[in-house]
Amino acid sequence: MISGLRPKLELLSPALMDQILEEAFLILERNGVFFENAEARTLFREAGQNVDNDTQRVRLSRGLVERSLATTPASINMYDRSGEKSYRVGGDEVHFDPGSSGTRILEHTTRRERRPETADLVKIARLTDVLAHLDFQSTSLVSADVPGEIADDYRLYLALLFGAKPVVTGTFRTAGFRPMCEMLCAVRGGAAALKAKPLAIFDACPSPPLRWSLLTSQSLIDCARAGIPSELISMGMTGATSPATIAGTLVQHIVENLAGLTLAQLASPGAPVIFGGSPSSFDMRQGTTPMGAMETMMIDCAYAQLGKRLGLPTHAYMALSDAKTNDAQAGFETGIGAVLAALVGINVVSGPGMLDYESTISLEKMVIDDEVCALAYRLIDGIVPREEILAAHLFEGFGPETNFLSMPHTRKWYRAEHLVPIVADRDPYDTWESRGAASIADRAAGRVKDLLDKNPPNLPKSDIVSDLRRIMEADARENGVSFLPSLPG
Amino acid sequence: MMIDLFSAMAKSVIDGDPNTAADLARSALADGLAAAEAIEKGFIPGIREVGTLWESGEYFLPELIASAEAMKAAMAVLRPALEKSDSASKGAGKIVIGTVEGDIHDIGKNLVSAMLTANGFEVIDLGANVKLIDFIEAAKASGADIICLSALLTTTMLGQRRLVDLLVEHGLRNRFIVLVGGAPTSREWAEEIGADGYAENANGAVREAFALMSKAGK
Repeated sequence: MISGLRPKLELLSPALMDQILEEAFLILERNGVFFENAEARTLFREAGQNVDNDTQRVRLSRGLVERSLATTPASINMYDRSGEKSYRVGGDEVHFDPGSSGTRILEHTTRRERRPETADLVKIARLTDVLAHLDFQSTSLVSADVPGEIADDYRLYLALLFGAKPVVTGTFRTAGFRPMCEMLCAVRGGAAALKAKPLAIFDACPSPPLRWSLLTSQSLIDCARAGIPSELISMGMTGATSPATIAGTLVQHIVENLAGLTLAQLASPGAPVIFGGSPSSFDMRQGTTPMGAMETMMIDCAYAQLGKRLGLPTHAYMALSDAKTNDAQAGFETGIGAVLAALVGINVVSGPGMLDYESTISLEKMVIDDEVCALAYRLIDGIVPREEILAAHLFEGFGPETNFLSMPHTRKWYRAEHLVPIVADRDPYDTWESRGAASIADRAAGRVKDLLDKNPPNLPKSDIVSDLRRIMEADARENGVSFLPSLPG
Repeated sequence: MMIDLFSAMAKSVIDGDPNTAADLARSALADGLAAAEAIEKGFIPGIREVGTLWESGEYFLPELIASAEAMKAAMAVLRPALEKSDSASKGAGKIVIGTVEGDIHDIGKNLVSAMLTANGFEVIDLGANVKLIDFIEAAKASGADIICLSALLTTTMLGQRRLVDLLVEHGLRNRFIVLVGGAPTSREWAEEIGADGYAENANGAVREAFALMSKAGK
């Protein structure tokens, strides 16, 4: 049978990619990158790099960076909580996960944002668990009902309790790594098992331009040694913290990510690293960082193309919107982003459910976006022949009464070929009106409730539950927090 | 002649040209012009025009920042003369600003700093990753009216709360207005920690600063 074509989008010519990489290597070697972390600087010095401890500047030789690229795995297999289901992060595989680390939740009934609490985080984990097109979960929100000192591991604690999918997360403080790693080991049954079957990805964000902070460098080092994949989240804002031009921002993006990748390889050669980011087209009117801007998405698609050229797994913050409610803007920005990310073949796409510059999660939007992701997956499945003969045989005995509804061929293939939406509206007008003339957000709210009512919490085995609880309580105590919110259900 | 000088001063701010602005300020002083007059008749009309161009959508942040830099250059030349003359024109107020310790993000803070400067505040910018006690020392030493605290991270925003607590401990809470901002913060947060004000962007910070100054009777 003739094979189909996987539709594919590329924004950069080979010659432009070459120039971006050349300039990036030049900057790494000539200007260097700031590393605030002394252990990171020691690793670079021991690798023979030009390190200035006073200014914290590290100049990286092209040879070292290229050797680091050679030891970085081209793909990573992530595993779910049970360790049975695996997801390949590499090639042109696409995995969506909700946008992460928001600080607000959109309340559907009031259409206003508020600060989220434990019950909201639990709902998000449970909802992600049952939405079929979100392969990974993420620690989407920061819970306002626990002190900031334990906000990072508390998010992971709830995610691991209430969701079985691999988790995209990260530390807020250097000391956050230990309890978070302990939780992951508790689920897996030890450090070696966690290394063999990664359960979580830790985001690490350099501070543009060209700086890796104390915390994020430490996260790269700690994750590399534990075999936890690090996602490099370079995030230049065009014309503010990175060059105004898209091509210029791409150069900086490469520099920052390659510096981080090299540190991870120095800490532990072969450490899994994902070439990601959250750059934005800086809004020169509002001073905001629109994730739904076309130029933001162009930067995302282009650095992912460069990441693939370097032979790395890729990530981007796409399929999200800057709208404040689930309106038309929320839909088109998310839809365009999801489709573009899928066409580029970005491996981890963080964004579904997110609004308002990566700050707000909406449960209703998660449900809508799950459907958006389904469309994107459908697109990249492409057009395939299905059978040796496409249609010629269906027209035997062709006459005025021929229709396809009654044909076995139709029943055999229509489900594989065509998606049936759940929240998108395909009602005839009168039906739509008689059902209350509801918006997609209203229908999504109904589906959120349905899904949560019908699917009981997917908890791990009771010994894992108590291990997680013990680790969380110990870290809370260490941080002077004597009381954790009670869990719903 | 004088009118030409004043309009050249205004133009240097509108064009965002700090070198020309500083040169004009220096030659004005050399020619015996009072600093207060140079500010009021030359540079302030310039920054007002910039405000109009911003409001009408003509100017964007890069122009605004350049104009703020020009204003700052002129003020750096004129301020010593202004203080010597003990003029009534003391500007809009004095502000100590910085990003709290543990946080090295400063783009938002820089925008706020530039906008406050452009609107006539004397801004002492302590930079990023500033120790809490340094805010207090700088505010005491300069006789500041307002302390502005920025934080981009959920973790470092806790430093804003600690600063307010620290002011209380030092018995200085009523001496300074505390204004907070940054991505994870909100008006609720400002209220929760007992700060005086909150702004979600640079223009908001200017409005809030003026409102708090007048509320405090300053």
